Amino acid sequence: MATVTVPEEKKIDESPAAPAEPKPTTITLRISRVNPSENAEAKFEEFKVPVQKWTTVLETILHVKEKLDHSVAVRYSCRQASCGSCGMKINGKPRLACYTKISELESNVVTVEPMNNFQIIRDLAVNFEQLFSTHKKMKPFIINEESEVQPGTKEFIQTPQDLEKFLQFSYCIKCGLCNSACPTMATDKSFVGPQGLAQAYRYTADNRDKGKEDRLKIVDQSHGIWRCHFAGSCSNVCPKGVDPAMAIQLLRGYLLGFRK
Amino acid sequence: MRESIIMKIHYGTALAAVALVAVHILMRMSQKFSDSLSYQNVLANYHFLPYALMLEVILVLLSVHGFNGLRVILLELKQGATYEKAINYGSLAAMAVLIAYGSRTILMAGMGTS
Repeated sequence: MATVTVPEEKKIDESPAAPAEPKPTTITLRISRVNPSENAEAKFEEFKVPVQKWTTVLETILHVKEKLDHSVAVRYSCRQASCGSCGMKINGKPRLACYTKISELESNVVTVEPMNNFQIIRDLAVNFEQLFSTHKKMKPFIINEESEVQPGTKEFIQTPQDLEKFLQFSYCIKCGLCNSACPTMATDKSFVGPQGLAQAYRYTADNRDKGKEDRLKIVDQSHGIWRCHFAGSCSNVCPKGVDPAMAIQLLRGYLLGFRK
Repeated sequence: MRESIIMKIHYGTALAAVALVAVHILMRMSQKFSDSLSYQNVLANYHFLPYALMLEVILVLLSVHGFNGLRVILLELKQGATYEKAINYGSLAAMAVLIAYGSRTILMAGMGTS
């Protein structure tokens, strides 16, 4: 029988000083199961899922889908808080599942439910149609007839101060968490919502834009900007640090004549 | 009417009402509370034209503010074109009725016919 001799320097150090891989702990994941097309009532199903300290809520749901129950409906895509697909209520608060670690929840029981104020498609997947149509209504683009750069002309000059006025609002990823947290949206289904209003402000405050009057007309309606009670829940849940409550107050400034 | 104009009226009436109600309370404090509600004193207030006018203005301000507030609450409670139209016109009518009834009281007391 041939023997292989391992050179001394290549031997693996088996001393106890080497950090050991942390053992996974197990949590209980409670998933809201509902199928409106079958008129069934929502119920929670519990799954035992192993987690590490870096495991995200989305990973636990995907573990359930892969190993325990393939039929769980969840929408996700980028897994890095960029696409805004995996919004859901996690332990009662609207959050992105891919951006929420189990360890930060400080609980061995994690409950996931579909977002409030959205029509449920199935389980954790909700319908974004109203969010997107409201977003479109706000004309989320620069309105300026001279926007085409012609030969001999230059781009519009924008100072850092000009940029600062709207920059944070352009970080919106349309995940819908703000609309889900909004108490006005819970009762007023026609309310524009914090996402749409923040986007209206984002483009209105842009010094390259000339569509202020159009947008102000859109938000200045009976279910528009004036129905915001300034609860601030929208800003509290935004995973990108956008402050829609502030955008709404600043937009009101235009309508009340405090801002030009 | 545009909602921003309605809300400007809403905020304006609130501010003006706070100022005038403060004056109204201060005038009550110029005498004992029990005296201020005596029959003769109340009638005297209505006969004093500037004070009666101030009461009329407070009535209008609070009616406009209050009924618009109620309209907003009801609009948030339920939606629908017919419902919203009914709420808008209903609030306006209720406001007009309250102002008319309150003005009638102020006028009659002021003219000494009550």
